[in-house]
Amino acid sequence: MGFLDTLLGRTKPVQPKLDDLFALPSAAITLDAGAGFRPTGSGSVCFRSVEGRSFSDVEKDVKDLLNVSSSNEGGLPVEITKDSFGFTWLVSSHMSDELEALVTDLHAVNSALVDNGFGPQLLCTLVAFRDDQERRLALVYLYKRGTFYPFAPLTGERRDNALELQVKGVIGDDLKFEPDLGRWFPVWGAPGM
Amino acid sequence: MARSRYAPDRGLTARMTATMFLLGLVFVVFVGLIIGIGAASNASTAFIVLLVVVLGGGMLIGSLFYSDKIALRTAGARLVTPQEEPKLHGMVDRICALADMPKPQVAIANTDMPNAFATGRNADHAVLCVTTGIMRKLDDAELEGVLAHELSHVAHKDVQVMTIASFLAIIAGLMVRMAFYSEIFGGGRRGNNNQNAAMMMFAIMAVSIVVYAVSFLLIRMLSRYRELAADRSGALLTGQPSALKSALIKVSGDIARIPSRDLRTAEPLNAFFFAPAMSLRGGPSLSKIFSTHPSLERRLAELDKVQQQLSGR
Repeated sequence: MGFLDTLLGRTKPVQPKLDDLFALPSAAITLDAGAGFRPTGSGSVCFRSVEGRSFSDVEKDVKDLLNVSSSNEGGLPVEITKDSFGFTWLVSSHMSDELEALVTDLHAVNSALVDNGFGPQLLCTLVAFRDDQERRLALVYLYKRGTFYPFAPLTGERRDNALELQVKGVIGDDLKFEPDLGRWFPVWGAPGM
Repeated sequence: MARSRYAPDRGLTARMTATMFLLGLVFVVFVGLIIGIGAASNASTAFIVLLVVVLGGGMLIGSLFYSDKIALRTAGARLVTPQEEPKLHGMVDRICALADMPKPQVAIANTDMPNAFATGRNADHAVLCVTTGIMRKLDDAELEGVLAHELSHVAHKDVQVMTIASFLAIIAGLMVRMAFYSEIFGGGRRGNNNQNAAMMMFAIMAVSIVVYAVSFLLIRMLSRYRELAADRSGALLTGQPSALKSALIKVSGDIARIPSRDLRTAEPLNAFFFAPAMSLRGGPSLSKIFSTHPSLERRLAELDKVQQQLSGR
């Protein structure tokens, strides 16, 4: 924030950074080789909905768009869920070897929101992974920072910090990782995990 | 092509600029007068003026540096961990991620008075505090609106701005006191020179009182504009102006009903509160210019504008 903005008490809404999302498929290969985690094929986009007609129209358009594309490929329809914090999650499910298609879907949601002027409402996007022991892992992309961080929930509201740091070690060079550990915020019960 | 729905409010910007310009003008006039009076008098007057400025500067830096600790102590609040308050921390996490700002410490004050405040000298040393009363009274969406309002105060660096704006009032207030005491203790001596010095002290006192009164009103005005600005940024951040509106209605209504004896302890923190804790007696127009927060009607009207802005096609 500039000096003038401080003086006048205003904040410029932060626009999301979208491009780094496309680095995900190649990092997923490294993750499989290095830690044995493979994508489940599902992922989700989380955003804060805005009250009023114009946002709900955009939301509906996005859902229709994704449903058309997934029914063409014989996939599952997208799901929209609201979490307990009032944030909306749009879940897209593909086959586990279709990570590229999943990322394209997620990106379509971003662009639709940004094009309609709702870019600042994007919170994060999440792509789910599993290993052979069925341990759960998600790579979370923070739109405002343009960075990734791992999230590995255990039972209850605990997270596997050791695994998260291990993942950072494996793919830290492939993706732009969030350097500030204070911003690796948990997304308990996130849809699409 | 992407377009912005988040244009700044020009009217508010203009009013805030005008207030700060006036405050700066008063400051310049004040300094000029004090220097003029000091130059016309003897060394001891000049020394007193210097002492006051150093003392005032020290108080300013001290209050800026320890604002978080002082505020938490005054409010009787304690810091809470994510394990103790997962829901509250989750909300703060998300708002911070939306706004791309570092997460402040989170504290809870155990009082029934529904309120919230944020303080700390910058975003890295900020503390966000809510009372148990507000957590009980508001539902999740409303509480989120309140948190976004408080985090906007942090983003706008309101603690810094208001502390610096108060500098003038601190100096003028100290000056009145110093001039008054030196009048009393220096009054015993006689002679032409001392007579002159006493006149100077009186002049300084008179100027300082006027400056104090004017800057006090301007600071209050600035505080009200900062509140409106935080309402606006908070509502744009969550995209839910109506949740903030209903929170304001609930909180303001409740505060007005609580007896004032219980609230007086919260008075020094007023400028950083979500809603003012104490209502002034006197006519509506008089209480308006003295209050740190805009009226409920005014805040709701401004939020209506945000609502229209967000839902526009």
